[in-house]
Amino acid sequence: MYRIVEKKTLSETVKLMKIEAPYIARNAKAGQFVMLRIDEKGERIPLTIADSDRENGLVTIIFMEIGKTTKELGTLKVGDNILNFVGPLGKPSEIERYGRVACIGGGVGIAPLYPIIKALKQVGNHVTSILGARNKSLLILEEEINNWSDELYIATDDGSKGLKGFVSDVLQKLIDEGKTFDIAWVVGPVIMMKVVANLTRKYNIKTVVSLNPIMVDGTGMCGSCRVSVGGKTMFACVDGPEFDGHLVDYDNLMQRNNRFIEEERESCKLAGVL
Amino acid sequence: MAVRKTKYEMPEQDPRERIKNFDEVPYGYDADTAIKEAQRCLQCKDKPCVLGCPVGIDIPRFIAAIKEGDFDKAIKIIKEKSNLPAVCGRVCPYEEQCEGNCRLKKIGEPVGIGRLERFVADYEREKGITIPSKPKPIDKKVVVIGAGPAGLTCAGDLVKMGYDVTIFEALHAPGGVLMYGIPEFRLPKEIVKAEVDYITKLGVKIIYDVVVGKTIPMEEILEEYDAVFIGTGAGLPRFLGIEGENLNGVYSANEFLTRVNLMKAYLFTEYDTPVKIGRIVATFGAGNVAMDCARTALRLGAKKSYIIYRRTEKEMPAREEEIEHAKEEGVEFKLLTNPIRFIGDERGNLKAVECIRMKLGEPDESGRRRPIPIEGSEFKIDIDTALIAIGQSPNPLIPQVMKDLKLGRKGNIEIDEMGRTNIPGIFAGGDIATGAATVILAMGAGKKAAKAIHEYLSN
Ligand SMILES: Cc1cc2nc3c(=O)[nH]c(=O)nc-3n(C[C@H](O)[C@H](O)[C@H](O)COP(=O)(O)OP(=O)(O)OC[C@H]3O[C@@H](n4cnc5c(N)ncnc54)[C@H](O)[C@@H]3O)c2cc1C
Ligand SMILES: Cc1cc2nc3c(=O)[nH]c(=O)nc-3n(C[C@H](O)[C@H](O)[C@H](O)COP(=O)(O)OP(=O)(O)OC[C@H]3O[C@@H](n4cnc5c(N)ncnc54)[C@H](O)[C@@H]3O)c2cc1C
Ligand code: SF4
Ligand code: SF4
Ligand code: FES
Repeated sequence: MYRIVEKKTLSETVKLMKIEAPYIARNAKAGQFVMLRIDEKGERIPLTIADSDRENGLVTIIFMEIGKTTKELGTLKVGDNILNFVGPLGKPSEIERYGRVACIGGGVGIAPLYPIIKALKQVGNHVTSILGARNKSLLILEEEINNWSDELYIATDDGSKGLKGFVSDVLQKLIDEGKTFDIAWVVGPVIMMKVVANLTRKYNIKTVVSLNPIMVDGTGMCGSCRVSVGGKTMFACVDGPEFDGHLVDYDNLMQRNNRFIEEERESCKLAGVL
Repeated sequence: MAVRKTKYEMPEQDPRERIKNFDEVPYGYDADTAIKEAQRCLQCKDKPCVLGCPVGIDIPRFIAAIKEGDFDKAIKIIKEKSNLPAVCGRVCPYEEQCEGNCRLKKIGEPVGIGRLERFVADYEREKGITIPSKPKPIDKKVVVIGAGPAGLTCAGDLVKMGYDVTIFEALHAPGGVLMYGIPEFRLPKEIVKAEVDYITKLGVKIIYDVVVGKTIPMEEILEEYDAVFIGTGAGLPRFLGIEGENLNGVYSANEFLTRVNLMKAYLFTEYDTPVKIGRIVATFGAGNVAMDCARTALRLGAKKSYIIYRRTEKEMPAREEEIEHAKEEGVEFKLLTNPIRFIGDERGNLKAVECIRMKLGEPDESGRRRPIPIEGSEFKIDIDTALIAIGQSPNPLIPQVMKDLKLGRKGNIEIDEMGRTNIPGIFAGGDIATGAATVILAMGAGKKAAKAIHEYLSN
């Protein structure tokens, strides 16, 4: 059992929780994730480790309430327990001193990007963060990310904050202004990662994306999370979740993430959470 | 009185009924039938049956106890050697092992050793299991990685000797393949839980949600414990490597069975994990895993369930009983057929598989005749779901974090006949060492390693 010791609402649909999990807190690195299961009948779902506090043995997760499990998780209170919480899984991000780094996050993808930004900054990179959301009220972690970024840009679909448009538009603008980047990290909806990767390919900017396929065990045992990278099948939970953004077959990933869409809807309807 | 030539029947659920539920297929013997079956045993002095049992259960002795109606004594005799009798009595390939060596085979069917073992194990469980008294504690700590049959057996034996034993398990449940792989209708999960319960009552601590090498670094484990047993199994699924394998509707056997068994997707929406089955399901492969997939598909409502296999029935690696059960339930076998690509619709959903017909050529290194494609014989089969059951490879995680561990050609951990790896104090066994094998071999390996660990820690 893993106790919830803190809970915050970051936006209409995004919540933050700190969970007591000392082993994971001690060993977690940027880019890794946990698998959790709320109760006996629950599904195992992956969530990125957004932060970890070794001294107090706490792991931070930030999640968007999108379906049955994440909505149910959102109803839990401080002091409640999560039945299973396992990690840190996946390969950590390759944090090095690259020079000028663009960190691009969209929607709830901003959460997993946060520890990467922090780690990149801590080793001395120049970090330009570009955050995107549908509107201002859905934007999360702006202040936290600002603290670790040299430059911060914001894009919203409706123009309620920052530039009206997509994160890719901001990146294009910065490149047009003559800014250069040695590497880019992109985390967000699959379609966003695809668009940004297409752009960075044009300018030959090495690009790392963090993929979010549907997982079951998260330990390399089932192949549910398989993705096609450079024509090779990889298991995102053990070979990733980060991959070379220029080699990923995004269309296949989008297709595979819709595998259980009808079942997910039914399960939400029955639980009365949709 | 002449010995009856055939085993006493074990009643089973009617095939037409059982494909509508996940309840266990055979009902097991009642006490009378068990005693009658036990009377068939010749009590051979040289005990050929025992040689066939990888854990060396004293078979004639436990059968004699059943004959006398002393079931408590019978189970005690079995438990001298096996910590998981209710499991083995169900899934052991006894026809090749203990029963394969039974002297009665000369005149007819062997003694139903598996059925008798199952009977006494069930008898004990229903009555309430008695826990043996605790041995004198030994002040040494052993860690077991993985709660599959190999790990559970090794841990059980060590705790009985008095060691302080902890198992770390990556998943949220014990049993390994017993829990996530073998379906409910063949091995009810309540039984696995009860057998594991016995081991924890002996004093073994099982800690879930710990992926050793990730949650706890290997170095910390090596520092804290006096000996290590690695029983992490062969969990890495193999794929066919053909076009279209990432289409929606193509599952590895592991994903499909884990969703259904461990996550209970057959009870969706009561449980949250979904599985999609479609109308026509094709399973590729012909081992136990493939039979489990094809039979599970029927129970989930598939209208048709095919086994597609590139050789003939003679070469199928599954147990005969499983093949029989699959046939009775209506699984169709498409033999001498090999898939060459999966075909999807515009939304990426699987809709057909293209196959090619095969013929058998000369025997290959496994002794089975090699299948050869017949040119120009390609044809399509409409399917909604494909289940890939062509085998699993050893779990690569521990070797990845212990670079100096000596590996075999297939990524398996190399051990000697006592379960010792090349590193002193580190032992291994089960599927991680042999590649995908059987429950009882994994248990046998766990037992041997427990002995070797005892020897190592006594010096
Ligand atoms: C490595 C990894 C890290 C992740 N980190 C985070 C995170 O930090 N914060 C966060 O909010 N989410 C994260 N996700 C996504 C998160 O796992 C899914 O949102 C969650 O599983 C949805 O579960 P549900 O039962 O609430 O929704 P469901 O009812 O299962 O699904 C609702 C909708 O989400 C889609 N969906 C289902 N599973 C996934 C998935 N794995 N990824 C994307 N879409 C999915 C479905 O197609 C459906 O449209 C991560 C995913 C991965 C693989
Ligand atoms: C569908 C199916 C049907 C089968 N049917 C039969 C049958 O009828 N009869 C038969 O005899 N055999 C059968 N087998 C084979 C048999 O189940 C296996 O040979 C046996 O379970 C192997 O036992 P094991 O203990 O070596 O490994 P496993 O049972 O695979 O257990 C390994 C355990 O280790 C855990 N683990 C892995 N890595 C780590 C880590 N780093 N940290 C912590 N834990 C870890 C895993 O989660 C797992 O629980 C079947 C197998 C399958 C898949
Ligand atoms: S454990 Fe298996 S091989 Fe040994 S006696 Fe029992 S059924 Fe036979
Ligand atoms: S070989 Fe058969 S008949 Fe002989 S003791 Fe063993 S079980 Fe009995
Ligand atoms: S989630 Fe099962 S292999 Fe990755």
